[in-house]
Amino acid sequence: MKLPIYLDYQATTPVDARVLDAMLPYFRETFGNAASRSHAFGWAAEEAVEKGRKQVASLIGASPKEIVFTSGSTEGINLALKGAVEMYGQKGRHVITTLVEHKAVLDTCKHLEKQGCEVTYLQPDQQGRVSAADVAAAMREDTILVAVIWANNEIGSLNPVREIGALCHERGVLFFTDATQAVGKVPVDVEADHVDMLCLSAHKLYGPKGVGALYVRRRNPRVRLVAQMDGGGHERGMRSGTLNVPGIVGLGKACELCQQDYEKDRAHGSALRDRFEQKLFASLDYVHRNGHPELRLPHATNLSFAYVEGESLIMGFKDLAVSSGSACTSASLEPSHVLRACGVGDELAHSSIRFSFGRENTEEEVDYAAEQVIQAVKHLRELSPLYEMVQEGIDLSTIEWTGH
Amino acid sequence: MAYSDKVLDHYNQPRNVGSLDKNKANVGTGVVGAPECGDVMKLQIEVEGDTIVDAKFKTFGCGSAIASSSLATEWIKGKTLDEAMAIQNTQIVEELSLPPVKIHCSVLAEDAIKSAIADYKSKQGGGE
Repeated sequence: MKLPIYLDYQATTPVDARVLDAMLPYFRETFGNAASRSHAFGWAAEEAVEKGRKQVASLIGASPKEIVFTSGSTEGINLALKGAVEMYGQKGRHVITTLVEHKAVLDTCKHLEKQGCEVTYLQPDQQGRVSAADVAAAMREDTILVAVIWANNEIGSLNPVREIGALCHERGVLFFTDATQAVGKVPVDVEADHVDMLCLSAHKLYGPKGVGALYVRRRNPRVRLVAQMDGGGHERGMRSGTLNVPGIVGLGKACELCQQDYEKDRAHGSALRDRFEQKLFASLDYVHRNGHPELRLPHATNLSFAYVEGESLIMGFKDLAVSSGSACTSASLEPSHVLRACGVGDELAHSSIRFSFGRENTEEEVDYAAEQVIQAVKHLRELSPLYEMVQEGIDLSTIEWTGH
Repeated sequence: MAYSDKVLDHYNQPRNVGSLDKNKANVGTGVVGAPECGDVMKLQIEVEGDTIVDAKFKTFGCGSAIASSSLATEWIKGKTLDEAMAIQNTQIVEELSLPPVKIHCSVLAEDAIKSAIADYKSKQGGGE
């Protein structure tokens, strides 16, 4: 077993060996510019790009013509939201989103507000989900766009995308979903789910970093976007810039594998995640699971270990690569905006850790990781005055703390 | 973030972890910090005459907070109350090579010492 153990597949994934093999010829042998129409180098590159486009489209139930290649989800989000508001701004200036979006959506919405849009940020329930009824209640005459994350990147909760999409289509409002964490992990079908725009990123699906795709619906309704990058008019005029051919080949192959290995990946990821959770819950008390218990990503879990602090916990996981649910390893000491929006108290938010499992993890690694987590939590609870007080039956909320 | 060897040492082998009987007349208890801020320190001293004969701590907080309080108990054991009162957070920062974002941990440890001594003194005042 190789240490440290990588348990942060929601941050990024290693490139699958089959993906890398597919990409390599496109760096030296078939290196042409896909926009070169006058020679075989260009034709071969174009063919590779179109194959990638089909593979991406197939995974999400789209038509290849509806796929716009990007540098990743941040770009896809910027293009979708800013591009749609610029295109349809005369119809209305109201946008609906949620408080549990990724920063890329929240910050783009802040930008839209500066441009004169009004944005409604929906409060999720305690499991981090919003409902179609929440969206309906926020809709106005001048609402032009709804943006709801499919699977949350911190806690993995899944939103009822299909119901929200159906509502948007019924009301004639565009529906964008950030599916970066969802694609390849849960079934995604842009037709059945009534999605108008959807972004995804290769490096979350065992593809390379720096490439992604934006799905833009072409009929019922036909969605038009104002390009955010001017230039040669690539990608149906929506995204200028020479195509990243090896990256697109990698993204395509990664999508093909996600489709082909879907059941296997899902079973593997969820078996490891469940095994890990069971071991922790069997050995430790006061462990809280953040997010929805069932409607969540199959390969990930976000846990708060009450009465121990997150940064000291991560210090105790010497051989584990995991992500702290709070940002308190930085200077800000601010707990996660997602946990806050779910109403998780700051003290539990300070103790939360995100674990996510993937193709290359083994049962042996999971057992080792669980043991290390259990030991670290027990060690820190020995040291914790809060754990001691709770054991003595003291209600911590009755204490007057000397905050600083 | 890189931790100094001394912080790691105190984190892995904290000194004087535990609790003294807070109801005893010669035990002073200080609890400082707040859970929602991410750190709480409990530091206790047992005093004979004018000397701290024992010290124990428990800390909820980051590695630097644990190390600061562990070091504090090490330093005050055997000292007189006046000597312990004179300990400053900057000495802890220096000993543990704490980075600027962790200075508040040392401040909290200094506060914990002073709070435990104040508790002890108030017990003496109240009891006699």
